Amino acid sequence: MSVSTEPAKLDQLEQEWGERPSLHSWFSTVDHKRIGRRYMVTAGIFFIIAGLDAMIMRTQLARPNATVLSPEEYDQLFTMHGTAMIFLFSTPMFFGFGNFLVPLMIGARDMAFPRLNAFGYWVFAFAGIVMFSSQLVGKAPDGGWFGYVPLTDKPYSSGINLDVYSLGLLFLGVSTTIGAINFIVTALKMRAPGMSLNRVPLFVWAIVATSFMVIFALPALNVANAMLFLDRRFGAHFFDPAHGGNTLLWQHLFWIFGHPDVYIIVMPALGIVSAVLPAFCRRGVVAYPLLVLSIVTISIISFGVWVHHMFATGLPQLSYSFFSAASTLITIPSGIQIFAWLATMLRGRIVVRTPFLFLVGFIVTFVLGGFTGVMFAITAFDQQVTDSYFVVAHFHYVLFGGAVFPMLAGIYFWLPKITGKMYAERLSRWAFWLIFLGFNTTFFPMHISGLLGMPRRIYSYPGDLGWDVWNLISTIGAYILAAGLLLVLIGVIHAVRRGAPAEDDPWGGDTLEWGTASPPPPYNFAVVPPVHGLHPMWDERTTTALATGKVLEGHQAMTTSELDGQVEGTIEMPEESLLPLAAALAILVVVLGLLWSWYWMAGVGALFVFGTVARWLWPPERSPEEAGVA
Amino acid sequence: MARRGPLAGVRRCALMACGLLLVGAAAGCSREAQSTLHASGDGARRIEGLWWLMFWISMAIFAEVMVLLGWALWRRRRAGARVRGGDALGMVTVLGVVAPLVILVVVYGLGLRDLDALAAPPQKASVTVDVMGHQWWWEIHYPDRAGAVTANEMHIPVGESVLVRLRMADVQHSFWVPNLMPKTDLIAGKLNKTWLRTDRAGSYRAQCAEYCGQQHAFMALLVVAEPRASFDAWLARTAQPATTTLTAAQARGKAVFEQSSCASCHTVRGTSAVGTVGPDLTTIGSRWSLGAGAAPNDAGHLAGWVVNSQTIKPGNAMPPQPVSAQDLPALLSYLQTLK
Repeated sequence: MSVSTEPAKLDQLEQEWGERPSLHSWFSTVDHKRIGRRYMVTAGIFFIIAGLDAMIMRTQLARPNATVLSPEEYDQLFTMHGTAMIFLFSTPMFFGFGNFLVPLMIGARDMAFPRLNAFGYWVFAFAGIVMFSSQLVGKAPDGGWFGYVPLTDKPYSSGINLDVYSLGLLFLGVSTTIGAINFIVTALKMRAPGMSLNRVPLFVWAIVATSFMVIFALPALNVANAMLFLDRRFGAHFFDPAHGGNTLLWQHLFWIFGHPDVYIIVMPALGIVSAVLPAFCRRGVVAYPLLVLSIVTISIISFGVWVHHMFATGLPQLSYSFFSAASTLITIPSGIQIFAWLATMLRGRIVVRTPFLFLVGFIVTFVLGGFTGVMFAITAFDQQVTDSYFVVAHFHYVLFGGAVFPMLAGIYFWLPKITGKMYAERLSRWAFWLIFLGFNTTFFPMHISGLLGMPRRIYSYPGDLGWDVWNLISTIGAYILAAGLLLVLIGVIHAVRRGAPAEDDPWGGDTLEWGTASPPPPYNFAVVPPVHGLHPMWDERTTTALATGKVLEGHQAMTTSELDGQVEGTIEMPEESLLPLAAALAILVVVLGLLWSWYWMAGVGALFVFGTVARWLWPPERSPEEAGVA
Repeated sequence: MARRGPLAGVRRCALMACGLLLVGAAAGCSREAQSTLHASGDGARRIEGLWWLMFWISMAIFAEVMVLLGWALWRRRRAGARVRGGDALGMVTVLGVVAPLVILVVVYGLGLRDLDALAAPPQKASVTVDVMGHQWWWEIHYPDRAGAVTANEMHIPVGESVLVRLRMADVQHSFWVPNLMPKTDLIAGKLNKTWLRTDRAGSYRAQCAEYCGQQHAFMALLVVAEPRASFDAWLARTAQPATTTLTAAQARGKAVFEQSSCASCHTVRGTSAVGTVGPDLTTIGSRWSLGAGAAPNDAGHLAGWVVNSQTIKPGNAMPPQPVSAQDLPALLSYLQTLK
């Protein structure tokens, strides 16, 4: 009984899993691949909007005393640029990669909770649309992505702007939290038989560690935003010192979330690096145990460094010395990964293709961002350069260099798997060089303008301070960078429409996603692949089984034990449903009701949330035999 | 200069010379570039040293990474069969754990040394300055000298430690004099302290470093370090009420000031104007700028500021003033006597 000899069974699987293309299925799909693609496309659109925000800002800052923007417009732009890039682009984009890849990499047929997955996507999309529409009507948040009180409290920001911020992020938090839970359960329970924890791909480790960080970090942000909303709407005084509140409370809560969030963004990117590298070095990444340890260590230490964002607030020196030590130490696990990748390149046979070029660009820029990161861990130095353009340079080296470069490597690497089409190599190399050149031209000079005393978040500056030339260079660089990113977009669209058909495994990759068709069938794998090592696709036992093994029939998926990946049984997977969309729409009604102070509408929405969730969780009617009670 | 008041052009020729004189007198010595890399103060100088040390260490490690990367790309082995084994645990442990740990411990130690050095001035402070952050200007008090109040300009004696006490009136700000001393935030319900000390006379531009709303960009402060004798003279002058003998026109300007809305927000000590919303204007004529660095302090800009400061610094608390064309020159000439 093998796949090739059982076309009838494959047809049967196609029947069971396939979603006929229709408007209904567009709204009701629970296929992790469609949802993953949607996450990526939506996050990509948000990236374009937030990137255009940045281009307008760079145009304003090109010359001193420019009047392209009013201060009010500038404040909304820099707030939306930061908020959107962090919350609406980076994490959702990586959740998109995770959604598409985690089930494929672990040999599963879908996420553990497919409907929850669809629900998470709809919530994310609606939250993003709410936040960006505020920009259309000129009421976007304008208190910075970090929203420090008292500036963001009612007396100093009376408009609706900051309510969009607090409610929008609370709304989005629902999506991020359930997405994280879904990744954890999927990775722990749905792995292919034989994939014990020491054989889990590094990308999956990274996504799971990220998800744990999300679960522990996000509550702090949610609490802070709920308090801010209560303060603003109902005069709750959480952050009002005149009534026993405390403004530093906001900063603590925000950064208890905010610093782990840096790693929530970068960690999946580091996972992508470890996933892409083997195909272009013709070998596995060296020092796997050390890399896993460093992923876990980073996710723990990242919760002990938040005060380094508050080194100028006048907290006690003793606490500074502790947080400074933790912030210094956290560079070691990152360093381990860098040297492991370098050793992998040194010990491998390198094949240079576009994804690999982006990895080289990543190493160069991320290392530079790492150096300035250590500098910020040193309290005394931090106090001098924090809140200057030096910080802007630093975190763009870390977040653009550390997250976007691997993301682009990942896009080119998995594009054949996702779309079944190859990209054009020449065009993509042009894109790489323009992005690399444009990125460094934009952000390197910001180190200098920062050291020359230029503060962040200023809409303009006088011409006699020596900042103008560096700002002009940054702006020119930003236009080059935008041109490079445009080439990526053109390349992706070109590949989707006119690209050459891709093979199932164009790179000779080592993980299971290369063991299925490009693009993968709705059921991912007809045969659940047995795993015998860290690089299943480089193992004949697995590839043979994939071609000739026994087909797992029905709308079923296999569950395995958390640690050893031993088969526990099969479960019936949920069918497509409109309920996730309905539940997300119901929450949207609540959020809009709260936003517009139409509390009756929020109440009606809450009833709808209750109704849809009750309908969703209502046990299906089953015969006593099926329910196992006969 | 792109920002000009609407009336700047009208009397520019007549007032230009006067304005130049004022600026020249106010600035005294030339202004230093606002930069952490031209450190003049004890605090900033320490950090400049720390920066260059960390810079060179970073460059050394960067060179190491680039050599490894370059080597991997250069001696690219023939593509073909996959490579097995060779887990390089030793290399990763030495380069990724042991070496960084040694370097980081050293840098952390030096950082602690400098953190300790920044905690308190080298000798007991001889002058105390109270700074109050407002949206978007700095109120400066010398608590040991009755009446010594000014705005957006702080004078300190060269070679002495100055204690700076920081409070805020509305939202969070941050006190940062790049050439002299790292930042300390001004936080609601909290008294923060920092200190300044420099051996070099000069004018050092400072700027708010915590986003504080629309005009965060133009919330600058000039710190003037001068020899003790000139500092004492400046402090005495600043503490004095406005007592200059006035010409007829200037006296009319004073009357305009006291009887119009000016007086409800501003104080000119020695007159009936005792408003406390905006900056104390007793020494406005000698200050380095208007609107905390938003415009130079010359007659043209002053006129523009009085008539409609919103065109110069949009969003600031001062509404446009309906001063008649006859009253304006008198008011300006009065304001310029306040030194």
